[in-house]
Amino acid sequence: MLLIHCPYCNAERPEVEFAYAGEAHIARPTDPSQLDDDQWRDHLYIRSNPRGLHYERWRHIHGCGRFFNAARDTLSDKFVTTYKASLPRPQIVQSEDTP
Amino acid sequence: MTMHPHHPLSGEGIALHKPFPLTIRPLADKARFSLRIDPDQRIAASAVLGLNLPGNIGDVAYAGEKTAVCLGPDEWYVTVPVADQAEIEAGFAALYAQQPHSLVDVSHREVSIGIEGRDAALVLQSAIAFDVDAMAPGSGCRTIFDGKAQIILLRDAKDRFQIDVWHSFSEHVWHFLQVVAREIELDI
Ligand SMILES: [Zn+2]
Repeated sequence: MLLIHCPYCNAERPEVEFAYAGEAHIARPTDPSQLDDDQWRDHLYIRSNPRGLHYERWRHIHGCGRFFNAARDTLSDKFVTTYKASLPRPQIVQSEDTP
Repeated sequence: MTMHPHHPLSGEGIALHKPFPLTIRPLADKARFSLRIDPDQRIAASAVLGLNLPGNIGDVAYAGEKTAVCLGPDEWYVTVPVADQAEIEAGFAALYAQQPHSLVDVSHREVSIGIEGRDAALVLQSAIAFDVDAMAPGSGCRTIFDGKAQIILLRDAKDRFQIDVWHSFSEHVWHFLQVVAREIELDI
């Protein structure tokens, strides 16, 4: 079982308390009516799906109930860091063994 | 002890005498509230409750038979004797004009189970995936029991815990505790 650090509870909690909520930092277009269908489709469905470092949303649904963001390596499944929802993407230097 | 006539665990009880005394029992009815309020208004809410609402997630405050655990940045789970319920509801209704908040009576949604004895943490560890013994006395949290049932867990003292769980999950939790207690008794 994975232990995930909740930045609100400030505690390591088992993964069964959490729900995954997709890629993080996807900004909703400020004026959707200006977008054509392809741009709207890209906003809704097209995600980066990287091999390696991924910034993603999680929710501590069976704990404090908060949404927060995490940087996770999709290859090793290791959480690099977690941070509160309103904060910008932290700069992370990739170690040598991650692609 | 007052218990609702339809209490799902009415008449149940587990008592072990070896290797160490351990008791698991349903606790008496109480009034339970889910409180959501701006954390800056904690002092006003505490005055109505007659208990200092804790500011850190995971901390528990006690005042007589009243208990409050901070579950999230603006969320508390408060339990009080049934006799105090009406007064607290009236107090929060009066506070509402200055400070909007949500106080929801969830008394009949949950039942409480007390687990007491030297091996209490060991019992819970069979169903809870974080390190139960690392919980400080006087702390609590919402978590998942046996990968299925959401509970609120309080550690009132080193050897004493409380589970609050929804009615519909309480039988599952109870049977699980029965099995674990039997395993401890037989030392397996
Ligand atoms: Zn949390």
